[in-house]
Amino acid sequence: MTTRTAELLMGFATLLVSLGLMWNVWSDGLRIDWVDGRGPGAGVWPFWLSLGMALASLATIIRWFQGKTPESQSLEPYIARETMFLVVVSAVSILVLLLLMTIIGTYLSLMAFMLFYVRFLGRHSWGTTMAFVIGTPIFVYLLFEVALTKYLPKGWPIFEEGFLWLDNFRWQYF
Amino acid sequence: MSILKTLTFSAAALAVTAPAALAEWQPRKPVEFIIMAGTGGGADQIARLLQGLIEKKDLSPRPFIPINKPGGSGAEALRYLQDKAGDDHTVMMTLNSFYTTPIIQSELGVDVTEFTPIGLMAMDTFLLWVNTDRDDITDLDSYVETVKAAGLDWKVGGTGSGQEDSVLTAMMEAAFEYEVTYIPFPGGGTVAKNLVGNQIDSTVNNPSEQMEFFRAGNSKPLVQFTGERMEAFPDVPTAKELGVDIEYYMQRSVNGPPGMSAEAVEWYTNLFSELFNSQEWQDFCTSDGLTCDNFLNGGDLGEFHATQVVAHQNLIEQVGAAAITGE
Amino acid sequence: METILVSLAGGLLQAFEPLNLFMIFAGCLAGLLVGCMPGLGSVNGVAILLPVTFLVPPTAAIIFLAALYYGAMYGGAISSITLGIPGASTAVATVFDGRPMAQAGKADKALMAAAIASFIGGTVSIILFTLFAPPLAAFALKFGPQEEFALMLLAFATFIGLGGDDIPKTIFSILLGLVMAAIGFDIISGQPRMIFFDMVEFQRGIGFLVLAIGIYGIGEMLWTLESTKGKVQMHNVTITWARMKENFGQIKEYINSTWVGSFLGFFVGTLPAAGATPASLMSYGLSKTFSKDPESFGKGNISGVAAPEAANNAASTGSMLPMITLGIPGSPTTAILLGGMIIWGLRPGPLLFQESPDFVWGLIGSMYVANFATVLLNIALIPVFIRVLAMPFTLLTPIIFVLCVLGVFATTDRMFDTWIMLILGVGGYLLRKLNYPVAPAVLAIVLGPLAERSLRQSLISSQGDVTTFITRPISLTCIILAILLMSYPLIQRMMRRRTAEPSEN
Repeated sequence: MTTRTAELLMGFATLLVSLGLMWNVWSDGLRIDWVDGRGPGAGVWPFWLSLGMALASLATIIRWFQGKTPESQSLEPYIARETMFLVVVSAVSILVLLLLMTIIGTYLSLMAFMLFYVRFLGRHSWGTTMAFVIGTPIFVYLLFEVALTKYLPKGWPIFEEGFLWLDNFRWQYF
Repeated sequence: MSILKTLTFSAAALAVTAPAALAEWQPRKPVEFIIMAGTGGGADQIARLLQGLIEKKDLSPRPFIPINKPGGSGAEALRYLQDKAGDDHTVMMTLNSFYTTPIIQSELGVDVTEFTPIGLMAMDTFLLWVNTDRDDITDLDSYVETVKAAGLDWKVGGTGSGQEDSVLTAMMEAAFEYEVTYIPFPGGGTVAKNLVGNQIDSTVNNPSEQMEFFRAGNSKPLVQFTGERMEAFPDVPTAKELGVDIEYYMQRSVNGPPGMSAEAVEWYTNLFSELFNSQEWQDFCTSDGLTCDNFLNGGDLGEFHATQVVAHQNLIEQVGAAAITGE
Repeated sequence: METILVSLAGGLLQAFEPLNLFMIFAGCLAGLLVGCMPGLGSVNGVAILLPVTFLVPPTAAIIFLAALYYGAMYGGAISSITLGIPGASTAVATVFDGRPMAQAGKADKALMAAAIASFIGGTVSIILFTLFAPPLAAFALKFGPQEEFALMLLAFATFIGLGGDDIPKTIFSILLGLVMAAIGFDIISGQPRMIFFDMVEFQRGIGFLVLAIGIYGIGEMLWTLESTKGKVQMHNVTITWARMKENFGQIKEYINSTWVGSFLGFFVGTLPAAGATPASLMSYGLSKTFSKDPESFGKGNISGVAAPEAANNAASTGSMLPMITLGIPGSPTTAILLGGMIIWGLRPGPLLFQESPDFVWGLIGSMYVANFATVLLNIALIPVFIRVLAMPFTLLTPIIFVLCVLGVFATTDRMFDTWIMLILGVGGYLLRKLNYPVAPAVLAIVLGPLAERSLRQSLISSQGDVTTFITRPISLTCIILAILLMSYPLIQRMMRRRTAEPSEN
């Protein structure tokens, strides 16, 4: 996809989003007009500002047809093939990290994430890799759970049990 | 051989100690202490004070972690607790939006009577406050007179449409047959500041939010909406004494998700009753004008919730949801 | 005056007791560590406080707390500069120039400027605090919704010209931020708004940090991965004594912005509703508007780092004022401080100064010392922070991603926000590739809720009468200032043209 096409598509996408927001506010039955004696109703702010977004999107589309923006002239690829890989892999790896966090819990997912990133993407030595794979959860545990008393997601009960078994040592001995 | 012996011996020992451990339920992980309001408000202050006391007195083997879920007047917190059904490590500090929010937002699908009642820590009270500069207002009669004359120019501050104080404001509008302009602010502290700064004309605040301004002589209470005069305000008449039938409290209770195990309920009830009876808590109640006479728990608290839900349903029906939301 | 000096001396003496001095350094260090993590700020750091409270007397605890608060404020600038992720909303404006400076290999200069500006801002603010607390508190009370709205207008006005050169895209970005700010529960009408797919989580709304970390954390990293093809690391600087001295000497370049930021920050910070974020944004905007070289802002102008940093530190001290004098928290952190004070049996309010003078003056004294300690620690640690930039990209990237995810989780304790963060991050990256400026959206989501609420509160209280904004003196002044500021670039351009024309002839 060229940057030129991408800009047009993005213009339509933002237009659709804006119209969708307007419709959302409208269909919720929020007042989008001036309420006598009270000023703007609950829907005024989001509705009319979304209209502004829609108009701005239209302006972008018109300017695209007029060829006024540099992007509308550019035939460069929107995301170059060689960088596409890195960007997509990074975004997807975060997605997988978030998914795993709700299943196997924060710590195991962090280890998997680090293993993947440091070893398979970064091609660092096993020594560096293991330092990160083991160091990250320990650091996160000490900072978030011990110092800041946050209870990070532990995933399904079976994984939570495993964590609690380990966590028990802290309470017993410290 | 000796290893095997040790093993069987310790297994036997475990078998002996295990039932004892089971009988006494204890949290095995940090307890989520949900607050159905934002940071800095009355419920938040109470929850953080309780959390501090639990830690100070070493009452729990695992810490209580206060988590604010203020979204949608507590709707977010209520749904969260509902979805945690059967969980023994989550409890929630509630206020009256515990009753009003599910009524106003019926699509939420939350029935608070299904929640596990743990303990009623306090009843918070409401007073009607005006700025001390208002020399023309000395009692309820002169207040009503002034408000009627001012009409919609009279500005009452509150913590948000659908919150307790907006319910109370609507009740007063109905009782005194006047209409005022209700302006929502984020949090009782901001309301108090706007009253002292004369940005609003009156408010129904909890004592804790006005106490310091009252002591400094910046604001004065006109009437208290309690059954009897509070210790902290012996000179302020109750509405009932003046022949106005408004009595309204804010409950501050701790509740668990639906289907909490009986052992856990017992443990939490003991914990919170110990806190309730502590000197620190009773001192806080006195200084903040909270009523902490008896600790309701279990079925009693459940009954209390049930009657409150009905009472709020009637109230909201009477004044009309529109009077509360304003639109 | 004399009594103030005597009390202050007492407070300072308290701060220099060995235990208290230790608490100051411990607090600063803890604050720095927490503050430099994206998403974590002094609000989270206060959690460390609780156990400490039971070990030491209340005065030492509040001293620890003040130090932690300061440390976290400085720490926010560190992640803004080195990682390009604003650690807190107060440090957003620091990213605009701090990040380009780091990319150009001048991270140490930016960090030094941030530290010095913060120190000046904090010190100016504490001096003002010491001298004028009661009259300022009285002034803050004059601020009603009308004044707040006018102040928001002023904040927006200082940001004219921040966007890119594509006007429709800039407008889209601002409006998107403003609309996103309206998601959730409307406190004015009590109605839920824009609850997409009926997910109750949306009632909470989309927080600033979710958007900022999404766009600056995830989006920016994707952008950097792409533009460097994952190979190049950031410029590594070796810190030498001579370079440190040179960095210190650069103070002349940004001292004016620092003074402006300090006074503006303190003033805006004392207003209960505003706090440090609008203060730092306004300070940045003003610096840019009145700079001799406004074009260089956003590309690594050192004044663009100093101005917001001076302001946010000044403002965070300022925001203690409404808390101590009125018992009204000016920011979420002070809200939690307030909770702490109640545990110690202290009631913040108009009487605190009279009833617990030891405590108040101990706190004020420790703020002087904590400020000094933080600047020392911070400058000493610059080489350590710079090391972060020397890390290979394939190691730095996963660390940043992890910190983003956990930082967002920690602010609200829900996975929902981390999903939103990822979506916004990828969306922001795609928009940015098409030259949509993203900074305006981030600013708008901070100021949007304040602006909408104060606008509607004002109109409700005036029963729909719009003239309420111009019949009140403070509000009118702010509006006039806002209009002047908005037209300033135009006037300047006209003036320039007029002076330029004769020379061309």
